[in-house]
Amino acid sequence: MADRHLEPDSPELRARWGGWAFNPAWEAKAKAAIARYPAGRQRSAVMALLDYAQRQIGEETQTQGWLPIPVIEYVAQYLDMPVIRVVEVATFYMMYNLVPVGRYHVQVCGTTPCMLRGSDDIMAACKARGMHLGHVSDDGLWTLTEVECMGNCASAPMVQINDDNYEDLTPERLNAVLDALARGETPKTGTQEPGRHTVEPVGALSTLTAMVGENHDYRGEW
Amino acid sequence: MSLADKDRIFTNLYGYQPWNLAGAHKRGDWDNTKALLERGQDAIIQEMKDSGLRGRGGAGFPTGMKWSFMPKESKDGRPSVLVINADESEPGSCKDREIIRHDPHKLVEGALVAGFAMRARAAYIYIRGEYIREAETLFAAVAEAYDAGLIGKNACGSGYDFDVFVHRGAGAYICGEETAMIESLEGKKGQPRLKPPFPAGAGLYGCPTTVNNVESIAVAPTILRRGAAWFSSFGREGNKGTKLFQISGHVDRPCVVEEEMSIPFSELIEKHCGGIRGGRGNLLAVIPGGSSVPLVPAEQIWDAPMDFDGLKALGSGLGTAAVIVMDKSTDIVRAISRLSYFYKHESCGQCTPCREGTGWMWRVMERLRTGEADVGEIDMLQQVTKQVEGHTICALGDAAAWPIQGLIKHFRPEIERRIAEYAGDTREAAE
Amino acid sequence: MPKLKVDGVEIEVPAGATVLQACELAGKEIPRFCYHERLSIAGNCRMCLVEVKPGPPKPQASCALPASEGQEIRTDSEMVKKAREGVMEFLLINHPLDCPICDQGGECDLQDQSVAYGRGASRYHENKRAVTEKYMGPLIKTVMTRCIHCTRCVRFSEEIAGVDEIGALYRGEDTQITTYLEHAASHELSANVIDLCPVGALTSRPYAFEARPWELKKTLGIDVSDAVGANIRIDSRGREVLRILPRVNDDVNEEWLSDKARYQVDGLTRRRLDRPWLRKNGKLVAATWDEAFAAIAKVKPAASIAAVAGDMVDCETLFAAKALLGALGSNLLEGRQTGLKYATDNLAAVNFNSTFAGIETADAILIVGSHVRWEAPLVNARLRKAAKRGAKVFIIGPAWETTFPATFLGEDVGIINAVPDEVRAALLAAKRPAVIVGGGGLAKGALEPALALYSEVHSALVITDENEGWNGFNVLHMAASRMGGLMLGYAQGGGIADLGAAKPKLLLSLGADEVDYAAFADSIIVYVGHHGDKGAHAADVILPGSAYTEKAGTYVNTEGRVQFAEKAVFAPGDAREDWTILRALADALKVSVGFDSFEGLRAAMIAAVPALGIEGLADYGALPTGVSGTAAGVIAYPIKDFYLTNPIARASETMQRCSAELLHCETFAEAAE
Ligand SMILES: Cc1cc2nc3c(=O)[nH]c(=O)nc-3n(C[C@H](O)[C@H](O)[C@H](O)COP(=O)(O)O)c2cc1C
Ligand code: SF4
Ligand code: FES
Repeated sequence: MADRHLEPDSPELRARWGGWAFNPAWEAKAKAAIARYPAGRQRSAVMALLDYAQRQIGEETQTQGWLPIPVIEYVAQYLDMPVIRVVEVATFYMMYNLVPVGRYHVQVCGTTPCMLRGSDDIMAACKARGMHLGHVSDDGLWTLTEVECMGNCASAPMVQINDDNYEDLTPERLNAVLDALARGETPKTGTQEPGRHTVEPVGALSTLTAMVGENHDYRGEW
Repeated sequence: MSLADKDRIFTNLYGYQPWNLAGAHKRGDWDNTKALLERGQDAIIQEMKDSGLRGRGGAGFPTGMKWSFMPKESKDGRPSVLVINADESEPGSCKDREIIRHDPHKLVEGALVAGFAMRARAAYIYIRGEYIREAETLFAAVAEAYDAGLIGKNACGSGYDFDVFVHRGAGAYICGEETAMIESLEGKKGQPRLKPPFPAGAGLYGCPTTVNNVESIAVAPTILRRGAAWFSSFGREGNKGTKLFQISGHVDRPCVVEEEMSIPFSELIEKHCGGIRGGRGNLLAVIPGGSSVPLVPAEQIWDAPMDFDGLKALGSGLGTAAVIVMDKSTDIVRAISRLSYFYKHESCGQCTPCREGTGWMWRVMERLRTGEADVGEIDMLQQVTKQVEGHTICALGDAAAWPIQGLIKHFRPEIERRIAEYAGDTREAAE
Repeated sequence: MPKLKVDGVEIEVPAGATVLQACELAGKEIPRFCYHERLSIAGNCRMCLVEVKPGPPKPQASCALPASEGQEIRTDSEMVKKAREGVMEFLLINHPLDCPICDQGGECDLQDQSVAYGRGASRYHENKRAVTEKYMGPLIKTVMTRCIHCTRCVRFSEEIAGVDEIGALYRGEDTQITTYLEHAASHELSANVIDLCPVGALTSRPYAFEARPWELKKTLGIDVSDAVGANIRIDSRGREVLRILPRVNDDVNEEWLSDKARYQVDGLTRRRLDRPWLRKNGKLVAATWDEAFAAIAKVKPAASIAAVAGDMVDCETLFAAKALLGALGSNLLEGRQTGLKYATDNLAAVNFNSTFAGIETADAILIVGSHVRWEAPLVNARLRKAAKRGAKVFIIGPAWETTFPATFLGEDVGIINAVPDEVRAALLAAKRPAVIVGGGGLAKGALEPALALYSEVHSALVITDENEGWNGFNVLHMAASRMGGLMLGYAQGGGIADLGAAKPKLLLSLGADEVDYAAFADSIIVYVGHHGDKGAHAADVILPGSAYTEKAGTYVNTEGRVQFAEKAVFAPGDAREDWTILRALADALKVSVGFDSFEGLRAAMIAAVPALGIEGLADYGALPTGVSGTAAGVIAYPIKDFYLTNPIARASETMQRCSAELLHCETFAEAAE
């Protein structure tokens, strides 16, 4: 995290992002987010608005998106907040990208439960494809990050790529996913373990077998 | 001891069936919720107290008692608020995610019931930012509930108005701490507040607030429907009910499973996980409750009851019941050092012992991992953990200290071996 | 009033006290870094840990814990000692060992406390953290590696200054304190963070590497850069004033100081008048004192003499000049250099009656023609406190950036003649209503209608314990010499125009640098002052006097608060203390002023105006009644540039730089450092 930093302010940055504003679709979401909080508490929506800004920029740049300084200022103004308070928020939370990222943000979980199940190999497989931590690959496709526990420990190891998780990975399975993404396809998300549905004991369902085939109502058995 | 499927609360845990309202209806959710509310606030809270439910967020505080701390009436017009903790970021924990993506209506219904019982006007569900698809499901479930009149004005026809809002985090473990969560909800950095004042007195926007874990809330409607006696028929005294266990690491079949509280470790692993990878004899140690609790060596954990008191007796804790299993192939020092890195990474930076101590502890741990250290540094590290523990604003400091203390307590010879080996290696190289 | 025990000794503490305060009341010193009486409680440094029963079996942060009945607090137990040592060790592991080259050295909380709680040697064998410097403007020098993240500076800017511009970015051990995009901190109180910073992370840029604290002579003074009368400590070495720091005075400046009061000091050594000058053939040439006095004696003014006082003059100088004029048979005295001519027969009507501390408690405030932030930054901080407590604030005059919610009613002073219903209702509903008339309002005749409005509001007040004795009518002056001058009769019915109309043979200018001297084209102008500014340029004779740091003297602030300042250093060159110049001038003009020593002068002054002999608030009696009048015109604020309002500030490189960079957005090359 020590290398986390804000993209420096520059005339070029101002020129590129100076007049940035929400487009109607994201503006509607922003308004809805603000409406979730009591009147006068619009500041509560700052996390949502930064996320929306990042996502809109993602759409505009065909990447996961990031937050240039002028855009942070825009959000501050939108919510009538001092800019420094918005910068505090943007730098505190790890999901805000402070510098440009690639089309796909490959976030490899490296925390102990994933580590125990082979996240080293997953990280190595990423690097073998030419990805470097904290950098955008030359083709603009990938940014590689090691992240902390993603809450997929029972289907570890895992990566999150933009909005989707890929679980129960091996280097081969990961490569298949990345290849598919590189080809512009939409690979299956979630567990990559053949025969596994989600986080049940694979191949030996120990509970709730009646639920597999039908939406079983157990109330009759109470 | 074995929990029957009919006594499992989260029957769609694996998501074989649709999460949506129609699907949830069939499983018994939102079944005459109005009648539950008609029992009245005090009766609901009493039933929860009688059930013996202890908070599922890690600390195990009795849920019914927590609700009873909320003001019975607002003296100055401030409304009360329920905040539901769906920040689930503790390494090893992955249960709330399953509830949210496969059974979100249990949570939304629980929000109404709990919110009503504590006389709250609204619930905010704070879901960790990385649960992107899960949040989509949750937003959709809430919208369904609004459309069906289950929440909102005159919720379930009860005459009670109750709103449920979803708030997404953006990547910060500390926001799981309840006052940091409140700060975050207010649009600030997630830095824990000083207590007092406690949230029940002044929390979100200064209003009386209760923070509960997703699982604590989601089990409430079923407890009310089936009765306190049913729920408390599971588990040992003081450790009642059913519980979602999450088993990761070196078992044959990692999984999330709902089981009876107090189930012995061995039974949990053998019945649901296909046993330890390579057999019982290959077990090295277990972190039984998520990254924040000290590890327990193989020989002590095997027959231990998996509950609050049983694991406390072993110098560890149930935490979130996130069971991280490590077999003998594990580099145990690295496994703990990686957790130290996690805490360093997640420290909010507010208070001195945690901000400075987590980095220090991790750096020493990394040297202990390779053996590039002095034997005396083991004791020094132990002292540093003691200087952090109990000296911080929030419990993250404790959480960072405990895993290391557990390691030193149970694996000191292994650390010393590495130091000796490294010293030997360098001596050889120097020769 | 809870009763509790501190280290076994029972004491009673005020309700609402914290455990830290209770310990202090019991005479126990509690170490702290983040806690500061005037800021919100952060509880983040963890240095103030104590043991408290009942409570969890771990040390508690005393700064944040309410004191309560029956507590048993220990500040001396093994647990407490260990806890503090532990925290100290954590603070030091990433703190550089650069005390020898740190300007905080010798007055550093961390240094002091590490003596008490530090271990002898470091057990930290990892690399220390390095943090890049942050630019915070011309006044604040940063060495952020030294920062211990106490967040005092963040809280000061947000809470006291009301300008949210400092923040703590990132998190964990990578937390960094910075201004937004490293813009200069830009408000009038910004440098107070230097005092607040317990370590050497934020230090004084102009003072960098100037001196060590133990080399300095410390003198108690009064600031003259505005009419607030902030209490200051003047730190000097030899003949030079090296820095000015605030002293604590809860009634006046609390413990803050405006950036101008603090940093105009480098102007004290530049553009100084350090010898007499005489105008010969239209050009000023250096002269001796004798030549100067001889030249003045030749004018033989007799009673055709007038005196105009500058904004920074002390009462003793004012009185000496008054005595001189009196001896010559003149009382043509005026201090309102720019032409103000409000009535001065009742000084309560032109005083800040609510007091500064009192205005914090006002619940509805109408400001007429004052840019308070620039005219009295410390009063603005008080207004912010009032607003935070819920006071409604209305302002007549051009909009300026307040640091609190306020409603601007319009630029035309005529609004005061009949204020909008909303304002009247707010004032009438208030328990402690207040009106503040500033220089911009006085210039347009706002005093009478404001008095009329206030007396209407005041007579409707329901008097309770809460507002017994309340007088919310205030005039906010800008000149440090104003109230003293008015007490000494420096006011003519027609203002300075009366002086011009009298066409005096001799005009005595006491450091008056804002006067339009064109009106005195026919007078011989004798300038007694310290800077080569506007007054000196217009002068025929210049007699070099002393700046406020170079003489003892009495000042009366805009609240009517009489305060005494001591002399810190000697004036440069041939310059003398003003009163001695006037005393010598009496000899030259062959009159007697009746005193030969400073003590004699003071005794005579106090005999004439007894209130000047008593430090504290002067009693001006009740507000006048039956006042009426109307005001007209668009308000213009007198201050155009906060940093350059007086000759010392105008001579100060630091103030010039602030003006250029903060007000006119010029960038300075860092290479110039
Ligand atoms: C650093 C830290 C992280 C936490 N993270 C979570 C979390 O992710 N989810 C959770 O439910 N509780 C978490 N907690 C516990 C909460 O503070 C709180 O005790 C809990 O939400 C209460 O819910 P319960 O009474 O239902 O257990 C965390 C606590 C700390 C100190
Ligand atoms: S213990 Fe750590 S996470 Fe908690 S408040 Fe202190 S710095 Fe923040
Ligand atoms: S450790 Fe990787 S998902 Fe939990």
